[in-house]
Amino acid sequence: MKRVVVTGIGATTPLAGSANASWQALVAGKSGISTLEQDWVAQYEIPVTFAGQAKISALDILTPQEAKRLDPSSQFALISAREAWADAGEPEVEPERLAVDFATGIGGVWTLLDAFDTLKERGPRRVLPMTVPMLMPNGPAAAIGMALGARAGVHTAVSACASGNEAIANAFHRIQRGEADVVVAGGAEAAIHPLPISAFAAMHALSKRNDSPEQASRPYDTDRDGFVMGEGAGALVLETLDSATARGAKIYCEIVGGSVTSDSYHITAPDPEGAGAARAMLQALEQAGASIEDVEHVNAHATSTPVGDIAEYTAIKRVFGSHTDNLLVAATKASTGHLLGGAGAIEAVFTIMALKEQLVPPTINLDNQDPNIPLNVPRTSMSLSRPDAVAISNSFGFGGHNAVLAFRAV
Amino acid sequence: MAHSQQEVLAGLAELVNDETGITADAVQMDKSFTDDLDIDSISMMTIVVNAEDKFGVKIPDEEVKNLITVADAVNFITENQD
Repeated sequence: MKRVVVTGIGATTPLAGSANASWQALVAGKSGISTLEQDWVAQYEIPVTFAGQAKISALDILTPQEAKRLDPSSQFALISAREAWADAGEPEVEPERLAVDFATGIGGVWTLLDAFDTLKERGPRRVLPMTVPMLMPNGPAAAIGMALGARAGVHTAVSACASGNEAIANAFHRIQRGEADVVVAGGAEAAIHPLPISAFAAMHALSKRNDSPEQASRPYDTDRDGFVMGEGAGALVLETLDSATARGAKIYCEIVGGSVTSDSYHITAPDPEGAGAARAMLQALEQAGASIEDVEHVNAHATSTPVGDIAEYTAIKRVFGSHTDNLLVAATKASTGHLLGGAGAIEAVFTIMALKEQLVPPTINLDNQDPNIPLNVPRTSMSLSRPDAVAISNSFGFGGHNAVLAFRAV
Repeated sequence: MAHSQQEVLAGLAELVNDETGITADAVQMDKSFTDDLDIDSISMMTIVVNAEDKFGVKIPDEEVKNLITVADAVNFITENQD
């Protein structure tokens, strides 16, 4: 099967408006979480008053006409994909050999709910004619496919918070199988809207640390009380090693594994034994032809929920046994919040940068590490020791989805 | 208050610009919405609905297909406004 490499990255996140600036802010230990100033917070008495809002508004980047026809999730997707495409040097590829795999967890929730408000207040004739293409979950992938002229297929994985990773895994296998030479892959989310916040709050999934938003996302800390919603997108350009080499492209690293499993345990709770998550990690390493000792860095799913963080630790321990102590683990949601369908994508960007820079980013807000999660989690950035290190990035989602990516430094 | 033909043209050009980014100057009476201005049916519906609000006129769906040129729209609006 064909070898696949990463030649471009893009991101717009709560930390910054580009992949590199987001990485720099992450390494500097910044937080992207802030108090929501929108009128609807007070209007509806929303119980959680903070989130990880995109640092740069999409409306500052796109033309008004582009923005008007795209849900905010698609706006973020397009911005990150264009950045990744430019970063890859705008590869000259036959449109029939260029594909898109771009995920979202929720889809065009702003568009859908705005349209319902319009219907109720002004009647059906005032509902925007673009409502359907804007709200559909394949909207972000379709927008990118249109912008880049991709004709080898435009695909959307939807698996809640595992969506971004699943999309990238699908892209990896698509190139391995020879269905495309270049794929733009990633995920986006724009769900900082009163309804999703209320719904996540109703299930007690969100942190309620309203008085100190920057400290609210604290994976592995004894005082963690839930996740923090984030928004934005991450994008990768993946292509065959042959294609990248032939055109003399800059290569960040090789993608060597992408595995998806499912728990069939509970619709929202993780399997406390971590069996499905462990299988996903093992399969990704198997695809990579890597041993567990080859793995030096893990970008954990680590959303900062009391139950989820422990379940992931259990799964990691199951896979790595005594090698667990040697893993340098990063829980980057501490800085960005949880981008849901975009999470896997921006964490892939961070994992790729970690391998390229040989540097594990710090995990902030880890003041008192949960004694039940004895992972090695650097508080300040720490160097990797192996030039051929393998890193994995985990994402898990409601529905029992487990998706794990594996990358190898080159 | 009724709008003059010139006012309707200027207002319509503004709506077209807002929806599509086409410069207002390009929106002239003899231009076809689809052939000259490259406006698709979805944008056209948005422009029609916004024109209804702007000029206080009702443009029935079955009438929209007859609005081939800018002049067709300007004349319909001028003749049917409140």
